[in-house]
Amino acid sequence: MDVIFENLDLWTEGISLTLLVFFFGGIIAIVLGTIVGAMRVSPVPIARAVGALYVNLVRNTPLTLVFFFFAFGYSALALPNLSNTVLGILAIGVYTATYVAETLRAGINTVPVGQAEAARAIGLPFGQVMTQVVLPQAFRSVVPPLMSVLIALLKNTTVAAGFSVAVLPALQSTVSNSHNRPGTPMEVLLWAAAVFVVLVLLLTWLQRTLENKWRIAR
Amino acid sequence: MTSVLYDVPGPRARRRNLVLAIATVVVVAAVVGFVLWRLTLTGQFAASKWSVFTYTTVWAQIGTMLLNTLKAFAAAAVLSLVLGFVLAIGRLSDHAWVRIPATVVTEAFRAVPVLVMMMILYYGLPSLGIKMEPYWAVVIALMVYNGSVLAEALRAGVESLPRGQREAGFAIGLRKSGVMTLILLPQAIRAMLPVIIAQLVVTMKDTALGFLITYHELLYYAKLLATQPGRPILQAAFVIGGIYIVMCLLLSWLAHWIEKRGRRSPKNPVAGPHEPAADDEATLTEVISMQVSTGTRIRDAKTDH
Repeated sequence: MDVIFENLDLWTEGISLTLLVFFFGGIIAIVLGTIVGAMRVSPVPIARAVGALYVNLVRNTPLTLVFFFFAFGYSALALPNLSNTVLGILAIGVYTATYVAETLRAGINTVPVGQAEAARAIGLPFGQVMTQVVLPQAFRSVVPPLMSVLIALLKNTTVAAGFSVAVLPALQSTVSNSHNRPGTPMEVLLWAAAVFVVLVLLLTWLQRTLENKWRIAR
Repeated sequence: MTSVLYDVPGPRARRRNLVLAIATVVVVAAVVGFVLWRLTLTGQFAASKWSVFTYTTVWAQIGTMLLNTLKAFAAAAVLSLVLGFVLAIGRLSDHAWVRIPATVVTEAFRAVPVLVMMMILYYGLPSLGIKMEPYWAVVIALMVYNGSVLAEALRAGVESLPRGQREAGFAIGLRKSGVMTLILLPQAIRAMLPVIIAQLVVTMKDTALGFLITYHELLYYAKLLATQPGRPILQAAFVIGGIYIVMCLLLSWLAHWIEKRGRRSPKNPVAGPHEPAADDEATLTEVISMQVSTGTRIRDAKTDH
């Protein structure tokens, strides 16, 4: 237990930084993902093409490489300096946005066209077709996979550790590089894994709760 | 072109769409233009930055590293498929003493990030006196994570089959193993093939994590190239990134092709009209692929008759 209590400052920093990257990365992913998802289902062919290109390019790039681009490539642009944490958040946001976009698109595709046709047939205007018929159904089928995307995002924050952001797994090198901090790498990493298991279980529980709350009987 | 979101556009909608199209082009051109302008400004397109890629040895090295990536991917893919089957059958077992450990192992492996698993194997085990090669750390970490995800996909596939399949199997006198291997699994594999291949694409991408534990693969070489004269770090990332994208696109394309082929077949087992909203333990790829396939299937059903 010394690993925890003697290094409490490191653990607080690691966990709060992990949650910070998760939170802001999630916001970027959801905002950007919604935009790209909307482009992918829009009636404008060129917007669809741009959305598809973005999704296919980024989704087929390893997250590590996206980080690589942001961590080492950004400085090559000679733009104002950003801290590694900010660049990490951007990298993970840009990467996860593609998954959010695909989830939203898939969610909208689960709504049968007949639903919208029936809504139009009874004379609802476009706004009501969307808000009363299509989006409520799409939303319900999107929430569980969207939570899975966020769970994946949480696990992906670990990659930031490789690019000098002090998220949880980075604790291992900090502890083993210092002389007066107790704990073997194994202990540190197992505790880090345990933290992730707890966080993931928490999110899974939330996912299930939301899902049961909005379950539809079809 | 009717979508659930909009009707066939009329004159006003067409005008609006044109405006939106122009706006999209302008925004995208502005972003791309800005990045290109910054890149030119900092001389990223100078010949000296790209000159490393004119050497045959560099390409030979890239070939070796590509081979290393593929070696890790191939081993991880095969082993995770094996583990996936073992865990899936374990979770579907009638015996609690098999089912419960399999469930715990699957859930635990799924919750631990791959990178943490790799670090446990590479940095953690030596403190217990076990030395592990980076290659095996990468392969084993990918195996346990993707194996447990695949197990979930296979289990979902088996459970989505109509109950009559199992009952009919028992009715013609098959044992449990026969019902599983001859009736349930073949159908589940077929229904889940797109998900399985999508997960293999994830495995391929995750081999790049090996770079962080000093496994000599493509990305590691990109970092190495960046120390060459001219420090071509972006250029190396572009070239290596292109290789990754091509490999993953090939695999994705294979997944798509298999999915289309499976749907065309008269024996199409189809996991039934699966309800993604009612799916509580689904993994990301599986839900998306289910959504996609049910979505398109509904549309196909509409247009086919």
